[in-house]
Amino acid sequence: MPSVEILARVQFAFTIAFHYIYPPLSIGLGVCLVIMEGLYLKTGLAIYQEITRFWIRIFALIFGIGVATGIVMEFEFGTNWATYSHYVGDIFGSALAAEGIFAFALESGFLGVLLFGWNRVGKGVHYFATIMVALGSIFSALWIVIANSWQQTPAGFRIEGTGMQARAVVTDFWEMVLNPSSVDRFSHVIIGAFLAGSFLVMSVAAWYILRKQFTAHAQAMFKVGLRVAAVAALLQLFTGHRSAEYVSEYQPAKLAAMEGHYDSLAAADMYMIGWVNQQKQQTSGIKIPGGLSFLTHGSFSAPVEGLRATPEADRPTAVNFVFQTYHTMVIIGFTLIGLTLLAAFLLWKKKLFEQRWLMIIFVGAVLLPQIANQVGWYTAEVGRQPWVVYKLLRTSDALSKTVSANQVMFSLVLFTMVYALLFVLFLFLLHRKIQHGPDVTQNEEEVSDLYSKRNLA
Amino acid sequence: MNTILGLDLPTCWFLVIGGLITGYGVLDGFDLGAGALHLFFNKEESRRTALNAIGPVWDGNEVWLVIAGGALFAGFPLVYGVVLSTFYIPFMLFLVALIFRAISIEFRSKEPWRWWRKMWDIAYMASSTFITLLLGLILGNLIQGLPINAQHEFTGDLFTFFNPYAILIAVTTLSLFMMHGAIYLTMKTENRLYAKLTVLVSNCSKFFILCFILTSMATLIYIPHMTHEFKRYPVLFLLPLAAVLAVLNLKRNIDARKYFTAFIFSSFTTAILLILFAIGLFPNIIISSTNPAWSISIYQAAATNTSLRIMLLMAAIGTPLVLSYTVFVFWTFRGKVKLNEMSY
Ligand code: HDD
Ligand code: HEM
Ligand code: HEM
Repeated sequence: MPSVEILARVQFAFTIAFHYIYPPLSIGLGVCLVIMEGLYLKTGLAIYQEITRFWIRIFALIFGIGVATGIVMEFEFGTNWATYSHYVGDIFGSALAAEGIFAFALESGFLGVLLFGWNRVGKGVHYFATIMVALGSIFSALWIVIANSWQQTPAGFRIEGTGMQARAVVTDFWEMVLNPSSVDRFSHVIIGAFLAGSFLVMSVAAWYILRKQFTAHAQAMFKVGLRVAAVAALLQLFTGHRSAEYVSEYQPAKLAAMEGHYDSLAAADMYMIGWVNQQKQQTSGIKIPGGLSFLTHGSFSAPVEGLRATPEADRPTAVNFVFQTYHTMVIIGFTLIGLTLLAAFLLWKKKLFEQRWLMIIFVGAVLLPQIANQVGWYTAEVGRQPWVVYKLLRTSDALSKTVSANQVMFSLVLFTMVYALLFVLFLFLLHRKIQHGPDVTQNEEEVSDLYSKRNLA
Repeated sequence: MNTILGLDLPTCWFLVIGGLITGYGVLDGFDLGAGALHLFFNKEESRRTALNAIGPVWDGNEVWLVIAGGALFAGFPLVYGVVLSTFYIPFMLFLVALIFRAISIEFRSKEPWRWWRKMWDIAYMASSTFITLLLGLILGNLIQGLPINAQHEFTGDLFTFFNPYAILIAVTTLSLFMMHGAIYLTMKTENRLYAKLTVLVSNCSKFFILCFILTSMATLIYIPHMTHEFKRYPVLFLLPLAAVLAVLNLKRNIDARKYFTAFIFSSFTTAILLILFAIGLFPNIIISSTNPAWSISIYQAAATNTSLRIMLLMAAIGTPLVLSYTVFVFWTFRGKVKLNEMSY
C-alpha cells in the first residue's frame, strides 16, 4: 500500500483536476451568456433569445457538476490535510469564507432565477440575474486563487508556535490578499476560463455549421465566442508572461524546473520543445540560446539561478514533468492566438463559415484550452513541491495524523468510480443537448427541424 | 476592539457558525425532507411537481453548508481538521451522497425514458435520506463527545460512531426533516397531491413527536453535560420550554391545516433544537469522552483576533446580502408550482 502522503496527494490532484474541468467552462460560458442575452435585449431578435436559452441549459448541466465536485474540494482540506488546515486556517479560512459569502451565495441564489425565471420576472431582472451568476463565478475564482497564491508566495503573516503546533496568523489582511502573485495568477486563471467557455461555444457552433443545422443560430453563437476568445487569447500571452516574471522572482527553483535549467553560472536557454534527462541533469531540444536569461535579465548571457542552487531536498522532483506541462501550455497559448486571429480575419473578409477545414479544427479545438488549464495548474502545483506553503510547510508534514492509508485508499477508489460515472453521464447529456439544439421558432431554413423536435421537459 | 456587546470574539464567531448551521438546517432541511419522501408520490406529475417545488432554491440552500464549512475552517481551524479527519469515512460517504443528490435532481428530467426517471427518483430519495441520517449521526456523536486524546487525536474506530444515542439522533433528524419537508410541499401543491400530503404531514408529525420525546429523555438521562449550563443559568430553561411549546403549536397548526404557520413553527423547532445543542457544548466545541479535560474549547481552537475581526466584518457585510437574495428568490418563486417547458 502506498503511503498516506502519496495517496492523499493523488486524491487531491485527481479530485481538483476533475473539478477544474467545470468551473472554467461555467466562468467562460457566463461571460458568453451575458453577451448573448445583452444582444437580445439590445436588438430584440428572437434568435438571440433562443441561443441564450440553449446555452443556459448547457450551463446548468456544467454548473451542477461543478458545484457537486467543488463541495468535495472544500471538505478535503479538513479530511486529508488536517495539519495544513490548522497551519493555514487563520489565513486561508478567511478567503474560503469570503468565497462562500460573497461568491457562492450570489451565484447559486440567482441561478434559480436564471434557469426558471423566464416567465416569472421581467427581461431586465432576468438579465440582472444572468450578470450576477457570471459575476459570482468570477468572484469564486478570485477568492480561491487568492488562497492558493498565498501558498505560493506567502505575505502579510507571522508564524506563531513551533513544531506541530506552529501556524501562520494574519498580520495584514490586504497584504495577504494582494500577495506578490495573486493579481497575476488571478488574471491568468480567469482568462484561461474565458478561453475554455468561448471555445466550447465555438466548437458546438462549428459542429452545426458543418452539419448545416441551425445555421443562422450557429453563426450568431460563433461570433459571440470568437469575440471573447480573440481578446482573451492575446491577453493570455501577456498575463502568462507576468506569471513567469513573478515565478522568476519568488520561486526560482520552479522557473529552473520549467526550463530544465541546472547550472547557476550559465546563461539559461529557452526551449520550444525538449526533454530533461534528470539523471544526467541535462536538457536537450529546440531552443533559443540564452532566451530565458534575456527574458529575466534583459541580456542573453546573464546567468540565471539553476536547480543545483537549491538543496536536493528542497527542489521539485518531477523536473521533466514540470518542463513538459509548462511547454504544452505555452504551445497551446500560441496556437490559440493563431487560430482566433485567423478566424477573425476570415470573418472580416466574410469568408469564415465557408472554410470547412477550419470549422473542423474548431470542433476539436475545445480541448486545447481545457488541456492548457490543466497543465498550467500542474506546472504551478507540482513545481511548488516539496512545499505546501512555499518555504514554510512541507507537503509531508501537512497530512491528517489520524487518517490511515486504508481510509484514503477507500475514498480514492470511491471517488474514482463516482467521477468516472459522472463524466460518462456528463458527456452523454451534453451530447444529447447538442443534438437537440436550440428551440427554433422563426427561421424558415429550419422548419423541417422544428417538426422533428421533441419536447423533453 | 476584542469584544462585541461584551462577548469575546471566539464567542461571537461561535454564534456566527451556530447561525449558519441553523440556517442550513432550516433551509436544506425542507428540501432534504422533501427528497426523503419522494417515492411516496407515485405519479410522474406529482414527482415533477415535488421536484420543481424545491427546484429554484435547493442549490442556494446547500450553499449554507458550504459557508458554514468555510466559517468553521476560518474561525476554528483546529476543530475543522479534527472533526473532518475524525469522521473521515462518514464524511466521504456524505460527500458522495451530496454528489448523487445534486445530479439526480439535475439529470432526472433530461431524458423521458421511464427507467431513467425511476433510477434518478430512487437515487434522489436514497441520497436525501442518507445525507439526513449521516448529519444526525455526526451531530449525535458530537453531543455525546468523542474519544479524543490529549493531542486532539481520535482514538476510536468506525464502529464508535454507531452507538444507540447517535442512532436515535439520526432518526430524530430524519423525522424532523421529513415533517419539515412535507409541510413545505403542502404550501407548494394543489389538488390530489396536496390531499395526499395532508395525510403524510400528519403522519410525519406523529413520528417526529415520538422521536422528540425519546430524544429528550435520552439526553436528560445519559448526557449530563448537556444540562450543565442550565444549572448555572436557570433562565435558559425557557428554551426547552419554548421547544415544547413550538412542537405543540406545530401539531395544532398541522391539524388545522394552517401550513404556513406550521412551517414557521417547524423552522423554529429546528432552530431551538440546534441552539440547545450549542449551549450544551459551550464553551467547548469538541467534547472528549475519554477525559473531559482534553475537550477542545473555542479559545483553544480559535483563529487570531485579527482574523476573527476581519471575518466578522465580512459576515456583517455579507449576511444582509445573502439574506436579500434568499428572500428575493423565494419571493420570485412564491405560490403553487406550475409546470412549464423550463421546469425539471
Ligand atoms: C486553494 C488551494 C488550491 C487551489 C485553488 C488549487 N490547489 Fe492544487 N493543491 C493544493 C491547493 C490548491 C494543496 C492542498 O495545497 C495541494 C495538496 C498537496 C500539495 O502539495 O498541494 C495541491 C496539490 C495539487 C496537485 C498535486 C501536486 C503534487 O502532489 O505533486 C495537483 C496536480 C494540483 N494541486 C492541481 C490543481 C489544479 C488542477 C487546480 C485547479 C483548480 C488546483 N490545483 C488548485
Ligand atoms: C481547492 C480549491 C477549491 C475549492 C475548495 C473549491 C470549492 C468549491 C465549492 C465548495 C463549490 C460549490 C459551491 C456551491 O455550492 O455553489 C465550488 C464551485 C465552483 N468553483 Fe471551486 N473550488 C476550488 C477550486 C476552484 C478553482 C481553482 C476555481 C476557478 C478558478 C473554482 C471555481 C469555482 C466555480 C466558478 C464554482 C461554481 C460552480 C461552477 O461554476 O462549476 N474552484 N468550488
Ligand atoms: C501564451 C503563453 C503562456 C505563458 C507564457 C504562460 C505562463 C504561465 C506560467 C509561468 C504559469 C505558472 C505560474 C505559477 O507557477 O504560479 C502558468 C500557469 C497557468 N496557466 Fe499559463 N501561460 C500561457 C498560456 C496559457 C493558456 C493559453 C492557458 C489556458 C487557456 C493557461 C492557463 C494556465 C493556468 C490555469 C495556470 C495555473 C494557475 C496559475 O498558476 O496561474 N496558460 N502560466
